[in-house]
Formats: sequence, C-alpha cells, structure tokens
Amino acid sequence: MKNLILSTAALALLGSMAMADGHSVVRLGTEGAYPPYNFINDAGEVDGFERELGDEVCARAELTCEWVTNEWDSIIPNLVSGNYDAIIAGMSVTDERKEVIDFSEQYTLPDPSAFLGLGEVDLSGAVIAAQASTIQASHVASMEGATLLEFATPDETIAAVKNGEADAVLADKAFLLPVAEADADLSIIGEDVLIGGGIGMGVRQSDTELRDKFSAAIASMKEDGSLNALITKWLPDSETF
Amino acid sequence: MSIYYAVGTVLLLLAITAPVALAFGFGGALAARSHVAPLRWFGKTYIAIVRGIPDIAFFLFFVIALDQAFEYIRHRIKCPDWADPVWQGNDFVVCNIAKLPLGNAPQWVHETYGFFLAVLTFAIVFGAFAANVLFGAMRAVPKGQLETAEAYGMSRRQTFRRVLVPQMWVYALPGLSNLWMVLIKATPLLFLLGVEDIVYWARELGGAKQPQFTDYPHPDWRMWYFLALLIFYLLFTKISEMVLDRIMARLTHGQATAGGEAQRKAAA
Amino acid sequence: MSCWETIADYGLRSIGIGERLLPRNDFTLCQQFTLIGSGMIWNIYFGVLALCSGFLLATAVALGKAARNPLLRKPSEWFIFVFRGSPLFIQFFFAYFLFLNLKAVYPVFSPLTSAWAGALVVLFLNTAAYSGEIFYGALKSIPKGDIEAADAYGLSGWSRFRRVIWPTMLRLAWPAYTNEAIFLFHATTLVYFAGFPIIRQSGDALYYANYFADKTFNPFVPYPILAGYFILLTLVVIGIFGLVNARLNRHLPQERRKRLRMRPQIIR
Repeated sequence: MKNLILSTAALALLGSMAMADGHSVVRLGTEGAYPPYNFINDAGEVDGFERELGDEVCARAELTCEWVTNEWDSIIPNLVSGNYDAIIAGMSVTDERKEVIDFSEQYTLPDPSAFLGLGEVDLSGAVIAAQASTIQASHVASMEGATLLEFATPDETIAAVKNGEADAVLADKAFLLPVAEADADLSIIGEDVLIGGGIGMGVRQSDTELRDKFSAAIASMKEDGSLNALITKWLPDSETF
Repeated sequence: MSIYYAVGTVLLLLAITAPVALAFGFGGALAARSHVAPLRWFGKTYIAIVRGIPDIAFFLFFVIALDQAFEYIRHRIKCPDWADPVWQGNDFVVCNIAKLPLGNAPQWVHETYGFFLAVLTFAIVFGAFAANVLFGAMRAVPKGQLETAEAYGMSRRQTFRRVLVPQMWVYALPGLSNLWMVLIKATPLLFLLGVEDIVYWARELGGAKQPQFTDYPHPDWRMWYFLALLIFYLLFTKISEMVLDRIMARLTHGQATAGGEAQRKAAA
Repeated sequence: MSCWETIADYGLRSIGIGERLLPRNDFTLCQQFTLIGSGMIWNIYFGVLALCSGFLLATAVALGKAARNPLLRKPSEWFIFVFRGSPLFIQFFFAYFLFLNLKAVYPVFSPLTSAWAGALVVLFLNTAAYSGEIFYGALKSIPKGDIEAADAYGLSGWSRFRRVIWPTMLRLAWPAYTNEAIFLFHATTLVYFAGFPIIRQSGDALYYANYFADKTFNPFVPYPILAGYFILLTLVVIGIFGLVNARLNRHLPQERRKRLRMRPQIIR
C-alpha cells in the first residue's frame, strides 16, 4: 500500500515537471522469449542479439534507451497506444504490419525459416507446429495437406515435436539451430523457406523522427561492419550484409 | 530470484485489490438499489455487463482502453491547444506531458503504473461480483430489524448506517469469501495485464534452456515449477479458508440465522 | 463478397466445415462477427457437456462429502479441495502433460491430447468439484422438518432421497448453481488459451477474436464482439436456469417463490 502511495506521489511530482523533450528516454519493447534474438539471461535481464544491437543503435543515435518486455500477442497494440516507443523483437517486416506501424532500416537479411523434426518426415501431409500468430503459422495454414498445430509459446512447439504431438515445427532457423545442437534427436529437415522480409525495428507511424534516427544508426553499423560482427556472433548461420 | 519477487507482487495485488473491489462492489450495490433511476440503471448495467463477460476477454483489451482513457483526459487538461488529432491513423498520440507515466520516467514507475492498472481492472471485474453479493445481502437483512429501527425514529440514512450495513455482513460473507477464492484463482491471468506474475516466471524459468544462453542449461522443467505453483495455491486456499471460517464464526455470534442458533445451543 | 456468403463460408469454420484458409486481409466486421460466432460453437459444446456430465458427479461427490464413512468422505473432500483450490489455468497445464504421458503408454488415451476430449474432461472434473461443494452446502441446510416428515411418511433409503432430499437440495442450491454455470461458460475460453493446441485454426471464440486482434492490430473491435456474444450466452443461461428454478419451486405459493429466489445471492 505504502508503495502505491509513494509512487502516485512520484507520478504527480513527475507530472508537474513537464519535460519538453519527448524522447529523452526511448523505451524498447521486446518479447524476451526468443533466443538468440532476445531472451532473459540468468540475471533476469534482457539479453541476446537484439540487446547488443539495440544498445549500440541507441549509443550511436545518442538516445538513452530502456528495455521492457511484453507478450508477443499484444506487442503492436501496446506500441501504437504509446506504452513504449519501439519494438525490437525479431519482428519480420511484412505488408500487414506495415499498414499499422513503420519499420526502421532492416538489420538482418531475410532470415530463412526452417523445419525441425525427429528424423526425416514427409512434410506434405504432416502435422506441423508453430507459434500462434506468427508468419510461420500463417505459412503452414496455407500449405496444402499440412495440418497446423498452434501453441502459445515457442517452447511448447518444440515440446510438441519431442513428445510426438507434431511431426515438425516451423520457426526461424536461427531459433531452431541451437535447439537442434542441444538435442541429438532433433534435426533440421527439408528445405528452408523464405517468408517475410528481414527484421526491422518497429515504431509508430507518427514517430518518423525516431524511425530516421534508428535507420541512420543501423546504416552506420552496416557501413563499418559492426553489424556483421554481431550477426556472426549471435546468428552464425545467417547471411551478413 | 524473480519468482520470489513475483510471489510478492501477487500477494500485494491481492491485498490491495480485495478492499478496492469491495469498495467498487459497495458503490455498485448502492447504485443498484438507489431511488434515482439513472443511477440504478447504471448500477444494474455495470453488474450485468461485467458479470456477463469472461474475465479473460475483459483483460485482453480493457487495460489498453483504460490507459488511453487516462492519457486522453490528461491530454485535454494539460495541452488544451494541441492542434494535431489524438488518433493519427492507428496511432494514439497525446502530447508528451500527458503521457502516463511520462516517457522519461524510470522503469519502476512504469511497473508501478502497470500494477496500478492491473489492480483497477481486477477491482472493476470483481467489484461487479461483489456488488451482486452485497446487493443480495442488503435485501436479506430481516425486514423486522429495519422496521424496528424506523420505530425508534431513525431516519432512512441512520437506518442504513447503523442497522443495515452492520447487519448485512453476516449474509454477505459466504458470497464474499467465495469471491475471494475466485480472485486468488484469477491471478494466473495477470500476465495478460502486463504484470510479470508467478505463472509468467514459471513458464520463463521452467522452459528448456540451451547451453549457449545460460550457465545452467536444463530441459523442460515447467512441470516442476507448475507443481510448486499448484502447492502454493492449495496452501493459500487452505489458509484463507481457515481465516474466513474464523471471521464467519465471529460474525454469526448472536445473529438470527441458523448458524447463530447453533452457536447459541452449543453454548447453552 | 456479401455478408451472406461470408456466413456460408465461415459460419461453421470452427468445426472444420467451410473455407480452409482464414481471411488474411481486408477484414470486414461481418467476417469478425461470423468467425467469432462460429468459435462460440466450441464454447457452448464445452459448457453444455461439462455441465451435464458434471451434474451427476457433483451429486455423487456432495453425497460422498456428507457421508459418515471416511472411505467415501475423505476422497470426496480431497477431490473438491484440489479442484477448487487451484487455478483452472494450472489444471489445464497439468492435464495436458498427464494426457501426453498416458498416451505414450496406452494409445487408447490418444483423443485426450486434443482439446475436444481432454479439455472436456478437465472442465467436467472442475465443475463437478465446484457444484459438488454447492450441493454439499445445500444438503447441510435442508430443513430438519422435511426429513422428519419424510420419515413420518415411512419413506426411507432410495425413495426418501429421490422424493425429498434430492429435490430439496436442488431447490436450495439452484441459484448458486446458476452462477457456477455462468462461470463455467466463461472458463471455456481458457481451453485454447492455456495448454491445448489449436488444430487447423479451428478454435473457440477467443481464438478467433485473438486472431483478428492480431491481424488488424486493433483489440477494440474483436474483443467487444466476443464480449457481446458472451453477454447473450449468459442471458440465455440465466433464462434457462430461471425456467428450471420456477419448475423446482412450482409447489410453493407465489410470495414464497419470490423470497426463495432472493436467497441465492446469500449462498454464493
């Protein structure tokens, strides 16, 4: 109770100190459940490829950034209603999403998605798991003959393959590779599929200034090769710029 | 570590929500039995609508709506001469000083604000149920008691304050304790409201960890984390039951109900 | 595409009849209403079947808890405690794990890992526990006079139970049981939300609402539609249960019937 009163007092106090500069702190929203892009490390903090990338981008754009995590399902509605200022969560640039939010310059090349399964599987006519409301889920839904099995989290999709509920899982290749390495039974099967564009940072459409700052910072990281270094470190099998 | 912190969050939320929801319920019940027609309609619609919607559906959009409503009100007050529209296409844009919390506020303020919104949402949902219980309880107070008060020359107000409210609790408690149990069991949905609760952490910490990303790799341990949660909830329910039984015995004392009668006989 | 065509294509989509692909762009209000409505089929399926089957088990459990023999009483008490004391969310999670393991050993259990059977079992047990407690409470508050009168008529054993105890128990429990039915229908939204996977995009109303909220990035249209459907469903449930209540109380004089209807809110 005391906490709440204190914080309401603090809120009121902050409210009266009107700050002119809107983006003195930029809040970056991520999911925190999608290694190696973003995950929560042992210390309980956001870590991964996008953590390092985001920190570097913010340094170059001379912004103070803060990390927040949000459920994947509501990550875009919370951005447009202003609860954070940018999404950096392994989000592929798609036309559907572009209608609602803007993307910065892409910081990965289109990353292939791959199937992971126990040994060889005939994918046409297989049961394929995917995380609900991802581009992979809609891809499987449109595959002739395949049966889509949707789960709320990426972890559950892997578990479904292990316990035989699904024959394979379709997800980003960079997410699946460490899983395949850690578990001898699981392996990447079939051809990779290219769905979606590269990954970019999502910002509100009205926030063009922020988008341009991010794009410029990403472009400068591309130029001096530091982005490629990050990609090689975290996403060893992805193509570099 | 975070999971212990989350247990604290859940307990704190329950401790704050219960009285706030009770206040909402009291207000709702008063409105529903008001003599002013619009107020009565408002009270009854509030009870009927919120009770008719599954809480999960409510949580999924209500927090964002609530947040936007607050910011919109602040926006109207703080930036009266803002020229741009608030809804630009899909974006909801208010002037910077109307943001809640402010964009440059530290993380703990954001978390507290999120927590506050969660409390409010829970209170609105469970307030409707509480209103329904209290509404019934007010009607269950024996007519004779109210008539007696009237005979003593008490005004409507006095009767309400001195007789109806103190007497109704014994009738309301079974319903309220049931509601408390339902409230405890609604806390796993907290993660929908952006509060990182125990179920969130159980899923996060229990999920399989690859050796590349942690010093403590382990397979899928969610089973054990959830087992711990199960025991936590069962214990919590048991303790609540014991406490509520005590209160009930206290309230029943000397009441004209079956329970009160039984106590009287046992004593005699 | 006219709205009628949409209804023809997607009206039964949730049970796998109609278009294979869900709409992907240019979402219309009609599509949202149709698909979310189509998802309600599952919510009603789970609710109705769990309620009907749960009713029988609930009666048995209530009698078990009231029994003198500890062999009957203890299991009933524990059953009620475990299912009432833990969140449904966690029950679904455990049930799915358990069913997966059962399936690995005995292939007979394989339907249980899909929602239509597995989730039904969980909801059935859950509602049986909740209603069992309600029935038990009613059993305890059957007026002594009623049973004495039954004895005086020479009724005993089965006929006493069927003719006196059971109807009286139902009559006393009915209002609280109505509430439980409403809660159960609301709980059906958790089926696909916690644990059970969605096959071929055939989910319940919440799944489709979620789908649209995700594709249009606007939660303010699909969730209120979902809420509207549930308010309708709640009204229907209240209506049907009200009819049964009237039938249960048909022998009582008009005035007392009204009073009995008030009592419920005291029980819950």
